[in-house]
Amino acid sequence: MLHPGHEESARRTSMIWSIYVNVVVQGVLTGLVYGLMALGLSVIFGVVRVVNFAHGEFAVVGMYAAFLLFRSLGLDPLVTMLPIAAAFFAIGFALQASLINSFVGRAEHEQFILLVGVGIVIANVLLMTFGPDARPANLPYGFDSYLIGPLIVDKVRVYSAIAAVAIAAALFAFFRWTATGTAIRACADNLAGAAVVGLNVKRLYAITFGIGLACVGAAGALMVTIADAAPSLGPAYTLLAFIIVIVGGLGSMAGALIGGILIGVSEALAGFIIEPSMKSMFSFALLIAVLVLRPRGLMGRRA
Amino acid sequence: MRAKLPIPPNRRHVLIGSAAAAACLAAPAIVRAQAKSLKIAVLLPRSGYLAPSGQSCHRGALIAPKVLAEFGHAVDLVHVDIESNPDVARTQCERVINDGAQCVVGAFDSASTLAMAQVCEQRKVPLVVNIGAAPQLTEQGYKYLVRNFPTGGQLVTNGLKLINDLLAATKVEPKTAVFLHANDTFGTAQRQAMDRIFPTAGLPFRLLDSIAYDPKAQDLSVEVTKLRALNPDLVLVVTRAADAIKLVRDMVRQHFEPMGIVSPGSPGLYDEEFYQALGPLADYPIYNIPWANPKTHMTQALEAAFKPANPNFRFAVESFNVGFTFEALLIAADGFKRAGTTDGPELMEAIRATDIAEHVMIGSAIKFDAKGQNVGIPSAAVQNRNRTPTVVLPASIATTAPVLPMPGWQKRT
Repeated sequence: MLHPGHEESARRTSMIWSIYVNVVVQGVLTGLVYGLMALGLSVIFGVVRVVNFAHGEFAVVGMYAAFLLFRSLGLDPLVTMLPIAAAFFAIGFALQASLINSFVGRAEHEQFILLVGVGIVIANVLLMTFGPDARPANLPYGFDSYLIGPLIVDKVRVYSAIAAVAIAAALFAFFRWTATGTAIRACADNLAGAAVVGLNVKRLYAITFGIGLACVGAAGALMVTIADAAPSLGPAYTLLAFIIVIVGGLGSMAGALIGGILIGVSEALAGFIIEPSMKSMFSFALLIAVLVLRPRGLMGRRA
Repeated sequence: MRAKLPIPPNRRHVLIGSAAAAACLAAPAIVRAQAKSLKIAVLLPRSGYLAPSGQSCHRGALIAPKVLAEFGHAVDLVHVDIESNPDVARTQCERVINDGAQCVVGAFDSASTLAMAQVCEQRKVPLVVNIGAAPQLTEQGYKYLVRNFPTGGQLVTNGLKLINDLLAATKVEPKTAVFLHANDTFGTAQRQAMDRIFPTAGLPFRLLDSIAYDPKAQDLSVEVTKLRALNPDLVLVVTRAADAIKLVRDMVRQHFEPMGIVSPGSPGLYDEEFYQALGPLADYPIYNIPWANPKTHMTQALEAAFKPANPNFRFAVESFNVGFTFEALLIAADGFKRAGTTDGPELMEAIRATDIAEHVMIGSAIKFDAKGQNVGIPSAAVQNRNRTPTVVLPASIATTAPVLPMPGWQKRT
């Protein structure tokens, strides 16, 4: 028979471990949504070779779209993410066809300025339209959680993570098993070869940009279930997406999801073990470690 | 050709010149004599993460001219949003002074107020702090600043004393507590005050840990998980605004039910947004802060003006922000009345000599010490009951008895 003191100690140890597992699970769930957002950035760069510096701002537009649809029509962001993704695909397609295609192949600083400009315009339009204050969606199940043994997991995070995985899986399937997906991969692997065999590269680039924005639109809709929408979030999300794709490997779809999970878990663990106010610092520490030890990222291909 | 010599000044020229010079020198006095009202710039964080509190203060500023007029004061207000950003506060302060503001009131946030204090000091324009607890505001020797709000140390001292009274009144004996605070200027100042004052406050519980968090964080799930791991009886908090909503939301999600949530002096738990976002879950946190005295004639006049101007807001909820903002404007207007001038140094001298017996918030007459600090502002323990801030201590002004431990989250209807 265990001594009562030992029993108490064992109970305490078990509780601490269950809390650690809880922190990791929460980090994984949040990281999957981050990963979906970064996936869009990675897809666009992997094919079009343009870095979308307005990525975070597009995610915030997705958040506001989901917020508006919920507040005005009562539609759940988990439902509206599909029409939002479709609308973002159309916006991305049009943007690439009308504006960005002419910058493909131009100097990187020109692409950078173009997309930073697009980001600034978006942020200011949001600011003028909605004001600077954070807008919470206040979903009816926003306070609910699942009790799984000693684990307590937020419903909103579970739903969002499942949706993020579903969208990522659909994207993988699209690139693997559809003719358009194969053609896009051909463009990414060998642009000259793709052009020689008669693929319409500009159109495929526009589709790719549309897919990238659809990912970020859906991720924005999912983010609004976890965080409040605010125009000022854009640069932070762009930075977060960059950290994730650099950690995961720029251009790698699987790398974006793995990077998202790693960042989500490292932030959660660092916040729990060290100090919550220092959790962002660990994302950057991870980024620096990857840049030093494996500059192409965890899943990136050698140049 | 001969060069034209200048005409030597004659007696007439000297007389004209002297008259012109005298007129120029006398002009400020004439302008001063003509100033019927004081132009005050009210700088507040009406957008950004401190917007709920900034907007609440703004509502106080909007009704102030009418109420001040009833008490014989004339003010002309300019309202400016500082976007919860100290850099914006600094540039906006410069701008309003350039545009002719003769006095500045603000700015709810200590970091922004510090930025404004440097500008006001340089430009010799009085700054009356409405809300802002960082001790350095009155410890850095600013000559053009007065603060009618407790320092972080005073808030914590008063707040911890009220926690002792609260435990005695409810006969509850918590064994442990965790201090959770925002990591901005105000929150860090409160942390320093807690570290200094808690060991000698004679409270019957142990402080297990102090946890700093970013008040602009997307959520506080990790912070609450950490609380859950420590499992304290009491959670002592220094929240700022929307972070208070996130804190309770994550406590509910994670089924963490402490005996009580008590703030030794901070905002966030009594904002209208807090009540609207959380509904019944907003009830029972206790915050020990200065509060409006419903018995004074001036408070009644302020409430009477507030109701028609803000039909969607409750004075009972807003009286802290509205009251302190109004009092800051009252101090400026009273100083102007006594000084009879808008000249910065003279106006400041009058403001420093303030002695206002009848005012809005609880406590003795408004007076400032040599550092420009009003040291006579007590706190009351206020608890959310039916989504209304309700004074529960001290017994002399309490309208109901405190409830501790607070009912579980799932038991709220």
